[in-house]
Amino acid sequence: MSTVSTNEMKSGTKVLVDGEPYSIVDNEYRKPGKGQATNTIRIRSLKSGRVIDRTLKSGDTWEVADIEEVEMQYLYNDGEFWHFMNPASYEQIQTGKVQVGEAAQWLKEQDTIRVLFWNGAPMSVTPPNTVVLKIVETDPGVRGDTVTGGNKPAKLESGAIVKVPLFINEGELIRVDTRTGEYLSRVKE
Amino acid sequence: MRWGPSATLETLRARADLLARIRTFFSERKVLEVDTPVLSRYATVDRHIESFETSPAGWLHTSPEFAMKRLLAAGSGSIYQLCHVFRVEESGRWHNPEFQMLEWYRPGWDHHRLMDEVEALLAVAGGPIACERLSYRDAFLREAGFDPFAASLPRLQEGIQSPDGLSEAESRDRDFWLDLWMSQCVGPRLGQTVPCLLYDFPASQAALAQVRGEVAERFELFWKGIELANGFHELTDAAEQERRFKNDRDWRKRHGRKTPPYDANLISALQSGLPDCAGVALGVDRLLMLLLGLPELRQAMAFDSARA
Repeated sequence: MSTVSTNEMKSGTKVLVDGEPYSIVDNEYRKPGKGQATNTIRIRSLKSGRVIDRTLKSGDTWEVADIEEVEMQYLYNDGEFWHFMNPASYEQIQTGKVQVGEAAQWLKEQDTIRVLFWNGAPMSVTPPNTVVLKIVETDPGVRGDTVTGGNKPAKLESGAIVKVPLFINEGELIRVDTRTGEYLSRVKE
Repeated sequence: MRWGPSATLETLRARADLLARIRTFFSERKVLEVDTPVLSRYATVDRHIESFETSPAGWLHTSPEFAMKRLLAAGSGSIYQLCHVFRVEESGRWHNPEFQMLEWYRPGWDHHRLMDEVEALLAVAGGPIACERLSYRDAFLREAGFDPFAASLPRLQEGIQSPDGLSEAESRDRDFWLDLWMSQCVGPRLGQTVPCLLYDFPASQAALAQVRGEVAERFELFWKGIELANGFHELTDAAEQERRFKNDRDWRKRHGRKTPPYDANLISALQSGLPDCAGVALGVDRLLMLLLGLPELRQAMAFDSARA
């Protein structure tokens, strides 16, 4: 099992903490001139996304997590599992609800997404930062109203519900930020 | 531009100006500039400072302290030095394994009088005119809410993030916890409006300072939460100095750290007679970083360790 020392922990290094995989966000070395050196390390759980701080004595180590990130194409959902394909090797994998999580509401067939593998098994799915999706359900648009800041809920083809400006109509394509769930712009076909 | 410097040329001009001001400051005060070896057959046995070992056998100094005290014992009078020092693994936003130190000694002075001079130097360097003075005890009372001399061990362990994987000995070591409080809570809050001179450390953290009852006559300078200088009313007792060296060397051995030979020449110099004096070491790169408002140390040096 390989390990990393505090001075090798860079942003993005994948480590095992209490048996769970984390990604290093920030690593701050602190040392009183004549005292014990410590590293305060900010880590993000690769499972939950939760960010926490841990402290290590400088020179101490964590195990490296066997993490691989692969770009894959989303194929389809069979009602229980989501199916993806590696476009380079044509290898197909399936994942369940736990792994897909929040990403499910942004998935459109043929889109390229990132799958994180931990010890060779899919662990989480990340959609692109922005996606273009069709509105399948919303109240009729208010003609000409492009300035008043009002909005209304709209259901997208992938299942997500986002707030859109009043002038947007059913059947239109919009760009959405998947990290915040916010409407960005209307997209012409 | 990987070959390029980590500081801007404008910063390097400010650095040259700072060094010139420092030299003028000491020249006007009749303090003699000295230059002592960087490479020595001896090294510090300080518990938390690691020296670079060289081949053939030798050590790069982590401070010019021992050699400068030998000059003092030889009758040099007041002396100062600007030199590079080296410390293994000290690397981060505010650390670089090689950095420039300003160190000076004043025979006949105590740490309070030397603090006045540190304050005067800061003003000449272009920093604030006046510093706050705060005892170690008052700093903890104000920023951590407890008396560091009286607090129980469980109190020291409460309200601060404990490092992973502590040994039995570490979790029982009061100074280990006080260091954590200092580096994570108290220190970062000191010197936020004006620089802060923190004095009278616990006797257990005396290093090379004289001890008076429960306190060591030691001080540090903090500015914007960053430690800038460390000074002592210097220990002059040869037997006590050797006892501390041996204690620290044994501590290092128990903790699996390198045990370099401590400086036998310093012990001999102390036996021959070190004048009562105060001394202080100040990080020049950090001072420049703070004067210019730079966000990280490497921007204050021509080439940081990643480019060296």
